[in-house]
Amino acid sequence: MTLKNDLIRLTLADAREGLRQKKFSSLELTQAYLDAMAHHRGMNAYILELPEIALGMAKESDKRLAKGEGGALEGLPLAIKDIFCTEGIQTTAASHILEGFKPSYESTVTQKLKDAGAVFLGKANMDDCAMGSANITSYYGNVISPWKGSNGKDLTPGGSSGGSAAAVAAGLAIAATGTDTGGSIRQPAAFTGTVGIKPTYGRCSRWGIIAFASSLDQAGPITRDVRDAALFLEVMAGHDPKDSTSSTREVPSFEKSLSQGVKGLRVGIPKEYRLEGMDADIVNIWEKGAAWLKEAGAEIIDISLPHSKYSLPAYYVLAPAEASSNLARYDGVRYGLRVPGRTLDELYENTRSEGFGAEVQRRVLMGTYVLSAGYYDAYYLKAQKVRALIAQDFQLAFQKVDVILTPTTPTAAFALDETPTDPVVMYLNDVLTVPANLAGLPGMSVPAGLSKEGLPLGLQLIGPAFDETVLFRMARVLEDAAGFTPFLER
Amino acid sequence: MDNKYFYEGSSGPWELVIGLEVHAQVTAQSKLFSGAAAAFGAEPNTQVSFVDAGMPGMLPVINEVCVRQAVKTGFGLNAEINLVSVFDRKNYFYADLPAGYQISQFTRPIVGKGYLDIELEDGTTRRIGITRLHLEQDAGKSIHDQHPDKSYIDLNRAGVALMEIVSEPDIRSAEEAAAYVRKLRAIVRCLGTCDGNMDQGSMRVDVNVSVRKAGASFGTRAEIKNVNSIKFLAQAIHYEAERQVALLEEGQEIVQETRLFDSSRGTTRPMRNKEQAHDYRYFPDPDLPPLVLEAEWVEEIRKTLPELPDAKKTRFMKDYELSAYDAAVLVSEMETASYFEEALKCLDPLTPKTAKLLANWLIGEVFGALNRENKALEACPISPAHLSGLITEIQKEVISGKIAKEVFSLMWETGKEAEILIKEHGLQQVSDDGAIIAIIDKVLAENGSMVEEYRGGKEKLFGFFVGQVMKAMAGKANPELVNTLLKQRLDS
Repeated sequence: MTLKNDLIRLTLADAREGLRQKKFSSLELTQAYLDAMAHHRGMNAYILELPEIALGMAKESDKRLAKGEGGALEGLPLAIKDIFCTEGIQTTAASHILEGFKPSYESTVTQKLKDAGAVFLGKANMDDCAMGSANITSYYGNVISPWKGSNGKDLTPGGSSGGSAAAVAAGLAIAATGTDTGGSIRQPAAFTGTVGIKPTYGRCSRWGIIAFASSLDQAGPITRDVRDAALFLEVMAGHDPKDSTSSTREVPSFEKSLSQGVKGLRVGIPKEYRLEGMDADIVNIWEKGAAWLKEAGAEIIDISLPHSKYSLPAYYVLAPAEASSNLARYDGVRYGLRVPGRTLDELYENTRSEGFGAEVQRRVLMGTYVLSAGYYDAYYLKAQKVRALIAQDFQLAFQKVDVILTPTTPTAAFALDETPTDPVVMYLNDVLTVPANLAGLPGMSVPAGLSKEGLPLGLQLIGPAFDETVLFRMARVLEDAAGFTPFLER
Repeated sequence: MDNKYFYEGSSGPWELVIGLEVHAQVTAQSKLFSGAAAAFGAEPNTQVSFVDAGMPGMLPVINEVCVRQAVKTGFGLNAEINLVSVFDRKNYFYADLPAGYQISQFTRPIVGKGYLDIELEDGTTRRIGITRLHLEQDAGKSIHDQHPDKSYIDLNRAGVALMEIVSEPDIRSAEEAAAYVRKLRAIVRCLGTCDGNMDQGSMRVDVNVSVRKAGASFGTRAEIKNVNSIKFLAQAIHYEAERQVALLEEGQEIVQETRLFDSSRGTTRPMRNKEQAHDYRYFPDPDLPPLVLEAEWVEEIRKTLPELPDAKKTRFMKDYELSAYDAAVLVSEMETASYFEEALKCLDPLTPKTAKLLANWLIGEVFGALNRENKALEACPISPAHLSGLITEIQKEVISGKIAKEVFSLMWETGKEAEILIKEHGLQQVSDDGAIIAIIDKVLAENGSMVEEYRGGKEKLFGFFVGQVMKAMAGKANPELVNTLLKQRLDS
């Protein structure tokens, strides 16, 4: 018999083994998480807790496990970012505008998780419509990281998948789904000392995920360690005929590639990612990371990604442009919030003014502006050209190297009361992560060490399209070398 | 240029310049980007998928059938097929547009430049350029008259595939515009890519009209929407041309605007400014990769095309020596062409002469009777085989052309074959010299004084004698024989 507190410290892989060996039941494991969730409700990691559903799913899993059956995630309790539509369960994307919306369908990714036997603990908090980098734009309130600042201050877990990352770090879920449009998996993973991977664009189906920017959005896992990320992504990924942008490429066994090492692989260090005034801690951990990989037999090569500096401006044209169109359907006519008006236009105005938070409204306005007559060429079209150049930078780089190593974020997590009020300063959080989204490439954040303040720092690996395998191999080496102690072990 | 192309104003003639945008609903089981049924007339909101309703997280997937139909239509319009085309979003808010955008093709349509030839009533043809054909989604339907302050929305039509077919501004008269729409309709119906039902809205026409002095550059145009029949098309063009000419001759300017046709008044009125002040913010739909067609796939489609109206017309003219006009009428509707060809198969003997006779009867008598009873050809009580039977009886001189009309009426009423009706009603033509001579002699004897007058030089009276003989024989005498024998008797 394992103690409850020990149960929530297990990784996905270890818990899977424990269930198979019948050391504990899924019901016990699930109950341990539900207890922890209740205990840490103040973190606000969940918008909606699903104790009854979770226990029901756990019981079904136990029946299958007892018969020696069960899928790859049988009986394992997960947090689901509230951007994934879940059948019969409220799905809001943390936006007032979708309050009370219960989809009659299940997103492809969560269906795959269900089919693999996973247990859903609840819907994780996030930024309003996935727009934000600190999880402070949620209609349901901000999420508080389990980590504390040196002065005991409450910290942001990052965003937009802040609830997912905080839950995984704090033991409120064994692993969680996230989505990443400009860094929304990797940045919160870096801020919370967890592992997060945004796979190649097209690797996971977007069907049933509330769209932010369709050409950039990708689902991926947030987990306690690299191995968990590998086995979780294997379940999430795969072709979906319902998503025209989903890839037909076969999904390799990421878990099996973990032990392959990095001997002989070439690691690129892009000089443009060394930002002016970057924290010494960040520079330091980056150099350490390169040294660890070199020690493991990889070759370190300085490279240039010359158009990097245009990534953020291009991203903040393209993502809002797509969002302004994607969010048009939230009009108060068919579902979610409706604030009546005397005319149809008034209904739209009232509903959307009240339903969308300030950040969402800002981006809808920006997106509408950059697509409007007379500005399209100067903004949207130019940004598309920049995007092509950024993708080309990576293509050229991957002729010389197998993977690219960078920091995930320019700083460690910031205190909630020191959150930048200038949106442009806030957008700088994404500066190192957006290029992978623009180029459609896989990117992964691995916890690598602590800042002087004792806060987690992440290293980012960017790989060629559909080569997540190289990321997992690299990440495993970094993980071993860093010996990072997760929050739960402290 | 012919005068018919000009509008006479007080300052002299004005030339009319017309371009048409036709929205043709693609014939397909399901919608352009969803699996929901696309049938007309279902209960409101029963053919709506999550995609059509704009539910969160739903994604479009292109329906291959609709792409095939667009390519087919492109071939029908002698147009280039673009192997790469792109779907764009056209953004605007309206309650019957659930996603807040319509998926259309803006800069890169699936079909590029082409043309079609139109036949005019004077037998001439004109070539009208096609600018492009693109695929797009239809919107839902708003119903405003069911409730004092609410609108009802039916999303059955939302997401149904449309082909927007845009002509060059090559059209110069209302007659040409009507001929263009009729021709386009014949082509899509022949190809099976659109049912062409204007009254059900599966073909809708927007008309761009401007006027100019001969040789001048294009004038400012008005776009007229809501024109839902060929009759209204002509009305709308006439009204608009007169309105524009009157304005220009008063020294005023034409405003480029969208106008609505009011079929009850036969006039056009400007749409409210708000209705047309849209900035659609077109951009490529990030949910849909560019549509890439394989050249072999396109070629396969070309190989399986049916015979198009123009080819059919040429064949009718060549094989059966039909006039251009008759041939054009016969191919203008798919049903007419197949009725004619079905009837041809039963014609005995099949010669240019009998085929021509058949064409005349179909265009004249059959169409006349259908029109009188407001019936479609599909509901014609006389089958193609039976019509051929009637032609055969005429050809074999069993009945005269005049009696044939009587037989035709009987066929129309009873649906029976000509041969049977002729026997039942004893309508066989009398070609027996003796019988006819007996009647002639009787008629001449009864009209002695007239015979004298005729023989005295009043030859006009010949027709009177023919009439009397035919009347006495209830019209069944072989008219040529009556002529010959009467002449012999009178001149002897």
